[in-house]
Amino acid sequence: MNDEPALTYVYAAAVPAPRLDAVLRGLHGVEDAPVAFLAPHDAAPGAPAFLTSRVPADRWSEEALRARFEDLDWLEGTARAHHRVIEALTAHTTVLPLRMATLYRDDDRALAALREQRPALAERLALLAHHTEYGVKAYVTPDPGTPGPGADDAAGTAPRSPGKAYLQARRAQHHAREDRYRQAGVAAERIAAVAARYAAHVVRHPVQTGPLSDGGAGENVLNDACLVADDQADAFRVAVREVGRDLPGVRVEVTGPWAPYSFATLPAPPAPTGTADPPGPRP
Amino acid sequence: MTDPLAERLGPLPSRGTPMGYPPSSSSASLADILERVLDKGIVIAGDIRINLLDIELLTIKLRILIASVDKAKEMGIDWWEHDPSLSSRHSGDPLQEENRRLRAEVEALRRERLGAAPPEGDESAGDDESAGDDESAGSARGGDGRERAAERTPRRRPAP
Repeated sequence: MNDEPALTYVYAAAVPAPRLDAVLRGLHGVEDAPVAFLAPHDAAPGAPAFLTSRVPADRWSEEALRARFEDLDWLEGTARAHHRVIEALTAHTTVLPLRMATLYRDDDRALAALREQRPALAERLALLAHHTEYGVKAYVTPDPGTPGPGADDAAGTAPRSPGKAYLQARRAQHHAREDRYRQAGVAAERIAAVAARYAAHVVRHPVQTGPLSDGGAGENVLNDACLVADDQADAFRVAVREVGRDLPGVRVEVTGPWAPYSFATLPAPPAPTGTADPPGPRP
Repeated sequence: MTDPLAERLGPLPSRGTPMGYPPSSSSASLADILERVLDKGIVIAGDIRINLLDIELLTIKLRILIASVDKAKEMGIDWWEHDPSLSSRHSGDPLQEENRRLRAEVEALRRERLGAAPPEGDESAGDDESAGDDESAGSARGGDGRERAAERTPRRRPAP
């Protein structure tokens, strides 16, 4: 894309270091483009830089993106590429992920934005240093086979009327379900206790209920993200794994290590319109 | 103190191999990745204005794939209710209407469930449990959740 008009795509902020060059060399981001640090020439050592790629302007214009964000295949590929870059660096340094599709007309514009945000980025990076995000999800497992109505659970006992058998089976099924949700409540309490002990911060994400969530895994009833200091990570993971051990109706899953996506926020700008709330104000 | 970085690198494949992305890259569910990449992370105004709000507007369909409307609403993501083109009050779209009804229903169910073993559990759940056509919903729960969620089918009949 030598002469093609290109835009600057920013993945994340991180502090450049010589050891990261090798990581970047093998890395391909969105559009399969190479990834590089972008920093002002006069940057002080230890100052955050942007991780960027150059992407074709015609495919990343506002109009093009508007259409492409509706294309799940494109979106998946792009999201995975964005994530891949961040994840590759996360294994080696503290990375502050930016929202997907942060684009500038050119490197100069990106640098201007970087200069403006630098103190806030540096502060946030320092806070997140030596911490890693883990996801903790709890699922109420699918009914493991409580006999439903119609199942012959009356074997060996006196025959009952079909209506009575049906109602009894329904009741058993209902109780089994109630019990699984009660277990989920216990699991949630334990997870909160584990998080309180090991995690520096916890945020609660909406439970995943859509078609993309793994329906076979059961119903997602808890979806937390925990920011855990690296020297606590092993203990944290062990503790979370213990949570569901005696709760057959619940499955507890740890995801990660993630870059601190869920904790990558900047303090509210001094402007009166600012808000620290990630969801932000709605019109 | 041990080197946390080394610990973190432990389970990862050796760095630098072309396909040697950390395992979670491939195993992380798309829902998890989209949740983070689209919804989290630093928001800095770019030149191309596909900013936070735009993404939210454009990806309503996608968001429903991850967290259904009622859950999004629980998060405070309810902007579509103020958007004339999306609001059922203006469009009269039956699907939107259904969404609204389902949201109310789920809210009621959640109260019932998160009331963590309500004192009169049987009583509150009893009405709809006795409804015969609730059977399929009850036994199919979770098993084919993927499809069911796609249709945003009510899990149970609304209690009258």
